[in-house]
Amino acid sequence: MHEKAKILDKENISRAIIRIAHEILEKNKGTENLCLVGIRNRGVHLAKRLAENIKQIENKDVVVGVLDITLYRDDLTLISAQPVVHKTEIDFDINDKNLVLVDDVLYTGRTIRAALDALIDFGRPKSIQLAVLVDRGHRELPIRADYAGKNIPTSQKETVEVRLEECDGKDEVIIVEKD
Amino acid sequence: MVWHRKDLLGLEELSKEELELILNTADSFKEVSTREIKKVPALRGKTVVNLFYEPSTRTRVSFEVAAKRLSADVINIATEASSVKKGETLIDTGMNIQALKADIIVVRHNSSGAAAMLARHLAISVVNAGDGWHEHPTQALLDIFTLKEKLGKIEGLNVSIVGDIAHSRVARSNIWGLTKLGAKVTVCAPKILIPEGIEKMGAHVTYDIDEALRNADAVNVLRMQFERDESAAFPQQLEYFKNFGITGERLEKAKKNIVVMHPGPINRGIEMSSEVADGANSVILEQVTNGIAVRMAVLFLVAQARDSNHETTH
Amino acid sequence: MKLLIKGGRVIDPANNLDEVADILVDNGKISKVARNIRNGVDETIDAGGKIVIPGLVDMHVHLREPGREDKETVATGTRAAVHGGVTSILAMPNTTPAMDSAETVLCLVKIIKKDAGNNVFICGAITKGRQGKELTDIAKLKKAGIVAISDDGASVDDDSIMLDALRHAKKLDIAAICHCEDKSLSNNGVVNAGFTATRLGLRGVSKESEYKRVARDIGLAEKARARVHIAHVSCKESVEIIRNARKKGIKVTSETAPHYFALSEEALLSYDPNMKMNPPLRGEADVKAVKAGLKDGTIDAIASDHAPHTENEKEIEFDRAEFGVVGLETELAASITELIDTGLLNWTELVRKLALNPARILGINKGTLGPGADADMVILSPDKEWMPEKKDLLSKSRNSPFLGRKLKGSVEYTVCGGKIVYKE
Repeated sequence: MHEKAKILDKENISRAIIRIAHEILEKNKGTENLCLVGIRNRGVHLAKRLAENIKQIENKDVVVGVLDITLYRDDLTLISAQPVVHKTEIDFDINDKNLVLVDDVLYTGRTIRAALDALIDFGRPKSIQLAVLVDRGHRELPIRADYAGKNIPTSQKETVEVRLEECDGKDEVIIVEKD
Repeated sequence: MVWHRKDLLGLEELSKEELELILNTADSFKEVSTREIKKVPALRGKTVVNLFYEPSTRTRVSFEVAAKRLSADVINIATEASSVKKGETLIDTGMNIQALKADIIVVRHNSSGAAAMLARHLAISVVNAGDGWHEHPTQALLDIFTLKEKLGKIEGLNVSIVGDIAHSRVARSNIWGLTKLGAKVTVCAPKILIPEGIEKMGAHVTYDIDEALRNADAVNVLRMQFERDESAAFPQQLEYFKNFGITGERLEKAKKNIVVMHPGPINRGIEMSSEVADGANSVILEQVTNGIAVRMAVLFLVAQARDSNHETTH
Repeated sequence: MKLLIKGGRVIDPANNLDEVADILVDNGKISKVARNIRNGVDETIDAGGKIVIPGLVDMHVHLREPGREDKETVATGTRAAVHGGVTSILAMPNTTPAMDSAETVLCLVKIIKKDAGNNVFICGAITKGRQGKELTDIAKLKKAGIVAISDDGASVDDDSIMLDALRHAKKLDIAAICHCEDKSLSNNGVVNAGFTATRLGLRGVSKESEYKRVARDIGLAEKARARVHIAHVSCKESVEIIRNARKKGIKVTSETAPHYFALSEEALLSYDPNMKMNPPLRGEADVKAVKAGLKDGTIDAIASDHAPHTENEKEIEFDRAEFGVVGLETELAASITELIDTGLLNWTELVRKLALNPARILGINKGTLGPGADADMVILSPDKEWMPEKKDLLSKSRNSPFLGRKLKGSVEYTVCGGKIVYKE
């Protein structure tokens, strides 16, 4: 594995998040009935940042939930390292809300499918929208992002790694290639 | 820390890390039972068979609820085992269940080592729901989970176990689990109910209930197993309550926030008074709730381990 | 038929022999033991680099015939025996019916004549049906052919009956073999009482149940001024009691089985029913004591207590499984592994335990390689390692505690009555 290219740096990421925050507000006409749900792990940090930006823009709070999709994945037997189950924390009512799912990278779409399955068990949102920092293509399911920080064409030999300060110590998005 | 055991037979063979993994996983599963729709698809399409050779409602129902909340299909087989009855052997029954392509057998049997024997002969997962006097791992796990929830940690705690220790699989599993996690365990019972060598398992022994309660952070009160009594020297019920029963009066001499546990069902007026059973120190009902989360975690982990150990389709 | 066993290291304690020599066998008897025998022979066994010892005399074997031919028969049991280098066995009386009448003994004599692959001697029962209530007609049993008495599987609880039995045995000059167990102290146990029983959640048998009975039987022997033989000694207290009795001059002999010096109760942690027998495997201290007893002569003999059981009766829940393990095919190798290899006993001492002493206790003319003796012997490779597996055992039953365990010492040839009855 070796690092091939840096796609986004700290500033790029920050601007992308600001833009997405504006777009969310525009599409949903404000914060009423809006809620954000971040997919563990990095989706959660991104969701929190989005909420912060929304607060700065509209001076209103938006609730942020945490979703662990481990139990809903369809590929549990295919992954070599055993997934660890973490807590899901959605302690608000999602019925009739405009719920924006937040994740770092959109790739095959299977993670989002699992997330949709999980959310349905929590209630019936008015709409579910998807915000991702990076869309790298190669969808295997008919899933699309409503908001994307950057579209990056990649080959399947490559991996897109999103690093965030909250958990990785710095903000950057890089492409890594298998040797 | 990766869970790699296809079976859960006891706590004796588990490492501290494995114990903690189960408890952490159980923590995540606890949330599922608070949802509107108490289900996750983790074990969808899997079949869990409850094979109970001893009468049990609570444990069996608990496993059933746990399996169903994981979206598994559950089959219950309740048979009465007797050494005289010439029925199908345990191994044959297990092989038949395996042939039905079930994924997990949850077995309760009155012979110590029965779960181990099944696990030796079967490729599917075996979860021990109690084998003779040997172990009842999920009970001890939920006891420990409850304690951790209430007191924040296990390490350094003083936990006393009171009751028929000699014949108790709950006691043995608890002693293994608690000592591995750093608690100090004391067992308390009339002399004939303390088995030989229990100190080698890491437990301190006392025959004095007040001493057992004095510095205890928690007391786990076991059922007095009258239906297993054979010895002529077995103490009478009232005598037992007088000398070992947990009463409000006795608890006054213990720590104010001592946690009182019981695996259930309670013999009110024998192991403890109703006052204590229903009192503020009792976490008996919370144990039941936690039992679901713990059993969900166990079923999930063993199913995972078995799936990832599979190279080809079964 | 002339047979020559050439160039092996011959170990014959009866004749103080431990050296490389040839053995000439003629017409079923040993004709000569010397170096470089040049006689013309019909067949030669090259025993170069091997050890030649008298055929083992196993004085505690359950052949199960008559009654439980599903577990073992005279035919299959003796076939298993020669696989293990055992050329003489004492068949225990807990058959169905028990060896408590002359008719039953004569029946077995017939079966032996027809089917036995080696020498089978018969042990008669002490009491009728082994119920412990009424003495058998021991004199009649002796006429029918028994060489010893025992109620093995059970102990005679009644002191006066046992005393009587010892007196009769003395008069008739046959061995009285005692299975020492006070059932009232056994607690219906299935493993040794103590920490292991607690850990496993199983009922424990205390050692008291064995050694108290050992003391009683020795006490009665003293009273009767008779000799007594203690079977399957398993614990240090029993060894102590026997040692002290011998010091006092009481005529007590004893035996132990290989599992009591090769395995301890730790072997039970997996709940393997092939580790379940009566008396049970004991603790480390007891294993040490049994070994010490073998070394200092307190324990005279090693006998397998070969107890075959069908899979249906063994491969079940531990507490329901039958007590007993097979041992004919592994006793020699287990003894070599645990006693010779560790330097505890030398070959001469081991051969005494496995062949000479049992023969003497039973009063049979076996266990020696002197001229004129029956040509019963084992040619073995002492260093060859092997691992017993179910498919390798010739016994009808496969309940061995040594399955999957590396053993040292492999039988190459077994000769019985001058004929090669087993060849590797």
